[in-house]
Amino acid sequence: MIEPRILEVRTKILKKNDELAREMRTEFLEAGVLVVNLVSSPGTGKTTFLRETLRHFVNHGIGVAAVVGDLETDNDARRLAESGAPVRQIMTHGMCHLEADMVRSHIEDWDLNTLEYLFIENIGNLVCPTSWDLGESVRAALLSVTEGEDKPLKYPGLFNTSDVAIITKCDLADVCEFNRAEALNNIQSVRPGMKVIESSAKTGLGLTEWINYLKTMRAQLTPATPVTPGSPATALT
Amino acid sequence: MHELSIANNLVSIALEHAEQSGDVRVKQINLRIGALSCVHRDALMFSFDLVTADTPLAGAKLHITDVPIVIYCPKCASLRDLPGVQIFRCPVCQTPSADIRQGRELDIESIEVVEQSPFMSPLVTSEKGTSL
Repeated sequence: MIEPRILEVRTKILKKNDELAREMRTEFLEAGVLVVNLVSSPGTGKTTFLRETLRHFVNHGIGVAAVVGDLETDNDARRLAESGAPVRQIMTHGMCHLEADMVRSHIEDWDLNTLEYLFIENIGNLVCPTSWDLGESVRAALLSVTEGEDKPLKYPGLFNTSDVAIITKCDLADVCEFNRAEALNNIQSVRPGMKVIESSAKTGLGLTEWINYLKTMRAQLTPATPVTPGSPATALT
Repeated sequence: MHELSIANNLVSIALEHAEQSGDVRVKQINLRIGALSCVHRDALMFSFDLVTADTPLAGAKLHITDVPIVIYCPKCASLRDLPGVQIFRCPVCQTPSADIRQGRELDIESIEVVEQSPFMSPLVTSEKGTSL
């Protein structure tokens, strides 16, 4: 019996992605771009919420752009482009999450210096995107009132690594008998101190609060103090 | 099924380390996986077997050490193990804490290799085939 030799490795499995994401984050910070990664299950309303966000910035003459990931179709890119902002579709052809290199290859010809905000709409999935750093400074977890109050408890990994939770479709809360207190409680249970924004893309509820939050986060960006999503440093209480 | 991507990353790191160590065969890869990493152990093992087939890593075993979540409780001023993944409160004084010190690991600790020998007996070779 040959005794095995042990090679110490001590490295992160996703080192390659993490290193690229760190590089990208530095580039974003240097250009003064706040990058926001939007994650939710399919059907939560990421695209409509983001379209309204983009429309707001475009209407105010603020440099904004978005990339959106889907397994197939460029439908979401076309919906987002209705806002007037530059949008790129990332088609993953079956892959369940975005990785840093996919984002980079889709934005490499964009001049970051013309942008203040860049949004990444991740694949609709509450599990797989969690482990992949995309170089964002804000990770937003979206949850709609139609999905059930216990989503944060079912998917603690995502909510725990996110900086802000956005409850969407609040105009439907009564019809869905959405238990608001329970949802808020569950969010705070998996991520104490997490900022929560209650929104409706249809009525405009929460949009101003969200825009103000983004402006605050952008004002805090300095190349000297890069932030990582989900780190205590970015938690707003 | 992001475990397939994770397995691919894992394999390229393991191969790189193995290649730097001469003519060796990888017997086992030791991982540390945190409770918050969103990785399913069985899905990772399944993906690993898939992506290592017909590579020098074929037949290598994955050994996974589960890493529990540890938070820092500001009130107790100490580190506390959490029994689950849903309630981020100090289990002693119930103070909420988002200050996570452990539990997000997705790490390769080490790789166990054996030297390839040109005089390897057929018995040992067949052991390689059954080491799954």
